[in-house]
Amino acid sequence: MDNEYNNNKIETKAADSSSGSYVPPADNIPASEIPEQELYHAKSFWTRWVFCQDAKVIGVQYALTATAVGLIGLVLSWGMRLQLGFPETFSFLGPATYYQSVTMHGMIMVVYLLTALFLGGFGNYLIPLMVGARDMVFPYLNMVSFWMFLVAVLVLISSFFVPGGPTGAGWTLYPPQAILPGTPGSEMGIVLMLVSLSLFVIGFTMGGLNYVITILQARTRGMTLMRMPLTIWGIFTATVLALLAFPALFVACIMMTLDNLLGTSFFMPEIFTMGEQLGTTGGSPILFQHLFWFFGHPEVYIVALPAFGIVSDLISVHARKNIFGYRMMVWAIVIIGALSFVVWAHHMYVSGMNPYFGFFFATTTLIIAVPTAIKVYNWVLTLWRGNIHLTIPMLFSLGFIVTFVNGGITGLFLGNVIIDIPLSDTYFVVAHFHMVMGIAPLMVIFGAIYHWFPLISGRHLNQTLGKIHFWISFIGAYAIYFPMHYLGFIGVPRRYYEMYDSPYMTTGVGLNQFITVAALIVGFTQILFLYNIIHSAFYGEKSEKNPWKANSLEWHTPEMPPAHGNFGKDLPVVYRWPYDFSVPGIDREYIPQHVAPSEVPTAKVEKT
Amino acid sequence: MSELDISRLPKGGKGFAHDFAADQTTFKGVPWGKAMMWIFLLSDTFIFSCFLISLMTARSSTIAEWPYPSEVFGLTIFGVEVPLLLIAIMTFVLITSSGTMALAVKYGYERNRKMCAWLILATAIGGLTFVGMQAFEWSKLIFHDGIRPWSNPFGAAQFGSFFFMITGFHGTHVSIGVIFLFIFARKTFRGDFDTGRRGHFTSMKSDYKAIEILGLYWHFVDLVWVFIFAFFYLW
Repeated sequence: MDNEYNNNKIETKAADSSSGSYVPPADNIPASEIPEQELYHAKSFWTRWVFCQDAKVIGVQYALTATAVGLIGLVLSWGMRLQLGFPETFSFLGPATYYQSVTMHGMIMVVYLLTALFLGGFGNYLIPLMVGARDMVFPYLNMVSFWMFLVAVLVLISSFFVPGGPTGAGWTLYPPQAILPGTPGSEMGIVLMLVSLSLFVIGFTMGGLNYVITILQARTRGMTLMRMPLTIWGIFTATVLALLAFPALFVACIMMTLDNLLGTSFFMPEIFTMGEQLGTTGGSPILFQHLFWFFGHPEVYIVALPAFGIVSDLISVHARKNIFGYRMMVWAIVIIGALSFVVWAHHMYVSGMNPYFGFFFATTTLIIAVPTAIKVYNWVLTLWRGNIHLTIPMLFSLGFIVTFVNGGITGLFLGNVIIDIPLSDTYFVVAHFHMVMGIAPLMVIFGAIYHWFPLISGRHLNQTLGKIHFWISFIGAYAIYFPMHYLGFIGVPRRYYEMYDSPYMTTGVGLNQFITVAALIVGFTQILFLYNIIHSAFYGEKSEKNPWKANSLEWHTPEMPPAHGNFGKDLPVVYRWPYDFSVPGIDREYIPQHVAPSEVPTAKVEKT
Repeated sequence: MSELDISRLPKGGKGFAHDFAADQTTFKGVPWGKAMMWIFLLSDTFIFSCFLISLMTARSSTIAEWPYPSEVFGLTIFGVEVPLLLIAIMTFVLITSSGTMALAVKYGYERNRKMCAWLILATAIGGLTFVGMQAFEWSKLIFHDGIRPWSNPFGAAQFGSFFFMITGFHGTHVSIGVIFLFIFARKTFRGDFDTGRRGHFTSMKSDYKAIEILGLYWHFVDLVWVFIFAFFYLW
């Protein structure tokens, strides 16, 4: 057995005790428990860049595909806003197009952009690098995962070109209306949507198994779970949630596809449509809502938890201070993840379920505020008396904290049954979820892209364009969603194609135009951001190694950008957590994870 | 290195947390593929749970009469009405195939290549028999009894819908398992797990641990069948 492990020598360097009475601990290197991973080496252009098994390339492929489809979602939102702000001017946007835009915008943004970008994009790129692995544990499966995702995206896009267009049922796809005539896209659009979602779930499962096993079973020597960067904790917990929540969506998709194609009655009650009775009988539309939200609520945290993790790292690195309460942060992520499975029916307070059932879910929902508040306090306490560098990632992190607190507080309103019922299906809800799971995670994504772009491309993004991007996006997001809270309070219902001369609009007059203009400005700023990415990738200022002076392993590869196999000949050995910034007792300002205690004998650090 | 020193770990809940967060691997000595299969099966459990919970909801909320399974799934042999006969045989075959699979894993680890391969083949044939009998059952229900996914002459339409969907989904699992069992039988006969011949798609070497991982999947499919059996045929 022993000859299989070529790097399991237990090296114990003698402590250097010549520097006085302080005796540093010996550098204890645990023996290697896992054999060296055998890597697949690409031999041609196709296997190196297209059908690639390297997690870094797959991560970039995921990110580019998600961004591309996200742009479609962005353009769809412009159509909606033009219609709402200036209903007379844009006659080509009929009611059907409006509902299709709402639906596709929602589904694209939540599933195909945010989920795919955080887990498929950042997950693939960062997990092997941050835990000190050469690649994901199943590179082939990982590659198939991406291609499955691409097929899912193509199926979704193809629904724009079928007769009847894409589905217009709203992103929640509630039956019976989703598959009945009268709803746009009830012919082929809904089927393609359901098939696309099923393919996404299958593809994601392949990737998700990779992420989980890489984190659990393929860490480098010394990398205990409690030494992992919080980014990895966030992505890990979100992936576990996804592996357990997507099955419900998958089942709901299969059942609705059968309802649509075979005429089964899973979700279809006895129903009259266009004056005729359909053949369906006895199905339960509420069952779909339960299945959908059993997926749908964890989905919120699938998007939020990686954002929580990444922003913790960004704040710590750019404030040059260790993260406040690391263990608390980890437990908060895990507890939020666990609680997210017992809150789903707070999306269904007005579905007609038993009110006592609602109070149970209100209670669990409000309990989530506790670990979430712990996280917010800890971010703020990390900043407290930190050496805050107002770099662009830090700006976006600060923007995230503010936006997330805003969105979180409106969540407390909506979590209560009695407050939710009048606010249900108003713009207040739209404002809430855009703030908390749209803008807040996007802030983190932008910050993360500015942070890790030098690692991926070896070049910096343009700082001036970045600052413009941040300020317009941040202020613009508030210009868009703050008025929506007010619109919700005066009772403007969401998902209405036009408000006409309804009494709501007498006090809210002008607000819709204002929101639309703000949305267009913010939207075009994202084009500026894309220009920045493309331009900087080729002509940007060259970055030195580890430009942010971070501690985690991804910045300490022999080459930057990291090469195939990530770490050169020997995998790094980890001695500490990634948050040793501004440690007292030594003259260097930060201690990377792979620096042995004997190299920094005078550092006064806690044993982590 | 094969022996891990566990005597120094703390006891009780603290030991669990310590162990779970330990260096390099969380599940000590567990190969990647095996850990992956367990987590995949956990995810798959959620799929089947959603199916079965939906079935329970539909059954308890449907307005029409739920068909009486002993009659629907009865089989007339030599003029005698025997309830659940076919299902009993199907279940027996599938559970037996789990036994041959377990033996195949045992002989695999003993490096008894021939015996292992024959047992995998036996498992595959057991699975194929199961799928064949399921096809027979489906055709009887469709062509003889007139049950359709959208309706059935015995009462609640959801009975047919759920039956075809859930057994179909399970049958797909069995079929995928059978395909892999045949592939693995061939690989074992050829000696791939002894010579370390590389996989066609993944280009990675594999060893007899792969048989145990396939076995996990196969046992899971059998276990799910027990639940489906209980919910459809005995309830």
